[in-house]
Amino acid sequence: MCLAIPGRVVEIYEEAGLPMGRLDYGGVIHQACLAYLPEIKVGDYAIVHAGFAISLLNEEEAQRSFDIWEEMIRKADEAGIPLTGESQSAIEPSE
Amino acid sequence: MKYLEEFRDPDVARLYLEQIEAAVARPWKIMEVCGGQTHAIMQYGIQELLPDMITLLHGPGCPVCVTPLEQIDKAIAIAGQPGVIFTSFGDMLRVPGSEKDLFTVKAEGGDVRVVYSPLDAVKLATENPDREVVFLAVGFETTAPANAMAVKQAAALGLSNFSEIVAQVLVPPALEAILTSPKNQVQGFLAAGHVCTVMGYHEYEPIAARYGVPIVATGFEPLDILEGILLAVRQLEEGRHEVENQYRRSVRRTGNESAREMISEVYRVVPRQWRGIGEIPASGLGLQPAYAAYDAETRFKVDTIRTQEPEVCISGEVLQGWKKPPDCPAFGGDCTPETPLGATMVSAEGACAAYYRYQGLPV
Repeated sequence: MCLAIPGRVVEIYEEAGLPMGRLDYGGVIHQACLAYLPEIKVGDYAIVHAGFAISLLNEEEAQRSFDIWEEMIRKADEAGIPLTGESQSAIEPSE
Repeated sequence: MKYLEEFRDPDVARLYLEQIEAAVARPWKIMEVCGGQTHAIMQYGIQELLPDMITLLHGPGCPVCVTPLEQIDKAIAIAGQPGVIFTSFGDMLRVPGSEKDLFTVKAEGGDVRVVYSPLDAVKLATENPDREVVFLAVGFETTAPANAMAVKQAAALGLSNFSEIVAQVLVPPALEAILTSPKNQVQGFLAAGHVCTVMGYHEYEPIAARYGVPIVATGFEPLDILEGILLAVRQLEEGRHEVENQYRRSVRRTGNESAREMISEVYRVVPRQWRGIGEIPASGLGLQPAYAAYDAETRFKVDTIRTQEPEVCISGEVLQGWKKPPDCPAFGGDCTPETPLGATMVSAEGACAAYYRYQGLPV
């Protein structure tokens, strides 16, 4: 029910007095109401639930996670921990 | 998809699992609050990958599961009335009422339609001025801004043929109900990341302090959940009980303020029955007096409803983390996603449906 996914804003327009946007979810375009993100611009990523953008995705925070993981993987490589391949099957969805 | 697939990297998952293994010294029980998290945990087999000392308990965060039977029966009664276009999110259609579900009402000729956004229901009301459009407004705080905006928009457009059955529920009172139960087993929570996206996490700070439980606002992808577990385990092992934010790319401490303002403009806090659990004080939302005209439950006369739950169903105990789905004698036998006895088997986010789908039947 609380499923929400990130999409990139490709167009902003108005409908029935409400700010709306067209968002790109990896190639699928769908509309969402942008009323709760007055600061949003074309090119931003928003997290969308039930047809409403509920947060502006903080790309700096996401990048910080990526940087931490890169460091974790680098250290694991140095320590000789085998990665990719062996662990692949364990975490992939079961369907 | 950007900002989604990166959070499923198997190498990083493995390294998080090693960190969890290194951090844990004693057995701990951690509850993931949201049904979406339960679904991901089952889908990716996360419980099996964790050290044996960590048990994940599945929380009540499935609005479809906790909507009281009486409200489902009322929805079914209203949906069957002539002239009504009944609208709902798709997962409510198969929730069993006392006698039937909304899907059956549709099969019997009722005009029941699935909408993606509550604004679609408002649009239907604009396009069908001679019909009554009713929207079943279920959900936690994540969905409340969308459902509130539908009422606000209907008022702005001067629509008199739109109304809502408001079945909104709130997370923090449910956590307190779980923690104050004498049967409570929960030692830490992964709070629902999208509820916190809307509401922030400041409202969990008094709960963490009062009950001495760590609460980690956590996302929905495998790496989010593993990092959430790691943060909770470290707190438990170090004797800390703080609110931490794992889902930093979406959650801010005070949430989305304009969404919160709209929720409190349209809705007010009310006591609410939770299916399988009972009444929890101040745990639901109803319409503010200024928007009372949009209340479908007063607009439509519905005869007194006598509800009847299947006796065998243990969904209430499952929703509070006391029992797991396979503990139920009906699980996978009389109760399956095709013929559910309780709501936890209906919704894809219900713990019973998630177990049935990803774990198969107990041997």
